[in-house]
Amino acid sequence: MIKERTKEKLISIGLVSPTVLAIGIFVYGFIGWTIKLSFSDWNTFAKLLKGKFKFVGLSNYIKLLFQDPRFPSDLWNTLFFTILFLLGCVTLGIILALLLDRGLKGSIIFQNIYLFPMAVAFVVTGTAWRWIFAPGISAYPQGINLLFSKLGLDALRWRWFVSIEHIGPFNLALIPVVIAATWQLSGYTMAMCLAGLRGIPSQLIEAAQVDGASGWQVFWGVKFPLLRPIILSAMIILGHISLKIFDLVFSMTGSGPNLAVDVPALYMFETTFERLRYARGAAIAIIMLIMVSFIIIPYLISSMKREAKK
Amino acid sequence: MKRITTILLCIAVGLAVLGVPAAVGAVTGKLEIVHWWTAGGEGEALDAIAALFESLYPEVELIGASVAGGAGTVAKGVLQTRILAGNPPDSFQVHAGMEVRGHILAGVLEPITDLLDPAVFPKAVLDLCGYEGEVYCVPINVHRPNTLWVNKEIVDELGIAIPTLSDFDVFVAACEKAKAAGYVPLALGEAWTVNHLFGSVLLGALGPDGYRGLWDGSVPFTDPGVTLALERMKTLVGYANVDHAALSWDAAAQMLVDGKAVFNIMGDWAEGYFKAKGWEPGVDFVWASAPGTRGSFILCIDAFGVPKDAANKEAARAWVKTIASIEAQDIFNPVKGSVPSRSGADKSLYDVYLIWSMNDFATSELVPSLAHGGVLEALAGDIGDIINIFVTKPDVAGAQGSLNRAAIDAGL
Repeated sequence: MIKERTKEKLISIGLVSPTVLAIGIFVYGFIGWTIKLSFSDWNTFAKLLKGKFKFVGLSNYIKLLFQDPRFPSDLWNTLFFTILFLLGCVTLGIILALLLDRGLKGSIIFQNIYLFPMAVAFVVTGTAWRWIFAPGISAYPQGINLLFSKLGLDALRWRWFVSIEHIGPFNLALIPVVIAATWQLSGYTMAMCLAGLRGIPSQLIEAAQVDGASGWQVFWGVKFPLLRPIILSAMIILGHISLKIFDLVFSMTGSGPNLAVDVPALYMFETTFERLRYARGAAIAIIMLIMVSFIIIPYLISSMKREAKK
Repeated sequence: MKRITTILLCIAVGLAVLGVPAAVGAVTGKLEIVHWWTAGGEGEALDAIAALFESLYPEVELIGASVAGGAGTVAKGVLQTRILAGNPPDSFQVHAGMEVRGHILAGVLEPITDLLDPAVFPKAVLDLCGYEGEVYCVPINVHRPNTLWVNKEIVDELGIAIPTLSDFDVFVAACEKAKAAGYVPLALGEAWTVNHLFGSVLLGALGPDGYRGLWDGSVPFTDPGVTLALERMKTLVGYANVDHAALSWDAAAQMLVDGKAVFNIMGDWAEGYFKAKGWEPGVDFVWASAPGTRGSFILCIDAFGVPKDAANKEAARAWVKTIASIEAQDIFNPVKGSVPSRSGADKSLYDVYLIWSMNDFATSELVPSLAHGGVLEALAGDIGDIINIFVTKPDVAGAQGSLNRAAIDAGL
């Protein structure tokens, strides 16, 4: 009996170890390498190729954070984008899920329609929404502006992602990008919330109704508290997507006028592969990693604690 | 234990058997070339030159590995990775100027001075292709970025005289006229095309010597010429389409074809675009030096070199020797829409614009390009950011200060 168990243990270790090894090398190994690179002076191709490591301390980080005309605005853009994107996806996701949960005829069709954008790559979304939001010039509007002018709603015409208006450090040109991203991923929060709603025992809702709760009270008092953990995990998944966003912005707008829609990942790409400042590009990557870990690590700790309790 | 030894032995023998034909293949003449010519005309131009090469060296198998992606950004990433891994292609496309200088300083390329006749190439071109008296890559073509494209129908209608448009003040007056008539005077595109425009404006404001001096550090960015360039840039952007950040270069050129805009300042790959849209050079569209840059020719040069670690160096040397010949350049360039980097072209093969460009190339001051690998990549990128901010917040003094800091950061 004991022998059997040891054998099982050995098998499971054997099955897991290739993955652990691969992740160890290709994820953690390369994170370590990137950290090392970010402390070097490898900011030209020749220095990278010669490979002679020279430690320059935090100078790549200092340059980015305090002397760079571009990076600080990238951070503001990321913050603004993340807040709007999470807000949009979660509200829209909950509303759609509540509507679908009423079990009306044909709701399965809508459920799929809302979910389909998730199957599309961000590059495709970006290209399509670039066509929609390209403003044209006043004499020749394009995309959504053309629609507005045909409908006689000229007041709604706007310069969308080439707008340079801003409220404090927040660039309004990000709004079209947030709309595109929300269009793509609110189906995901909908699916999560729908699963959550379906999992709520009907007795709970009936009990609340018997007690005389209105529809609204049922939602706030019963459904929403039960959905909270689900919404939290959806926000964490979406949050780390939004902090690392690259492909959508790259294909839809580029960095935009006045760097209004620039994000750190875009800057990292250009710094590393166009300007050949490998060390500075690595520093951007590490700053992004730190931002993502602010979201992921508390989540991992809390879920580990939960596991331990079980 | 015995069994494991047998298995290992089997694997070793298998590897050896597999490895032998690969090694033999390399010496019998495979030539791998990495480039980023994937769009319509450029792919055909490369095919034409490849056919010539294969007829000259029938025993060599030419493998063209193209990596698509704007101005070679993607291809460059692939190349750097392969060079780092010690596995470079036998020859690869590179922009003459600081881009190839980076490879030379890194010790990637070997000198090929003996493979070309320096008398037929302009000295300024060979300077961009080499370092300290040696040539490291062969220029296959020359594009001209500082070209002004004009919708002929509209300027005729507005009564704008074409020959003097290269004069900056005349050009501004023409823009004013076009604006009053309800046209967009200057069609402009996304960020890199703004930087491209700034290259021409800098050249116009500083003159060829001052412009060249910016890139080797002998002229500082605090020069009054740079102030003038920023002032001019501010004026020009005032005449551009407000949605320029949403347009690619070809969408901006399309504004001329659609009769929405009058002028466009773009490299002469735009000529190929206009022709593809059914426009006749000299009839539907005309051209001039970009405002302020008459007598100067910005060089956008594609070149090929021989890496030190090339698997088949003999074939690579044969390839660069071939593309240095006027026969090859006369096959390649009329299709690509560029001019040969050397003298001796057969002008009957070229269209009316390219003959103009060829004559201009022979007589003008030749200067490196800001937006196409001519100057330090890091500096060009930073200037692009600064100008991208400047066109929306036209603070001349602030932008000049940023430009100066960027030049210092780039080590000038």
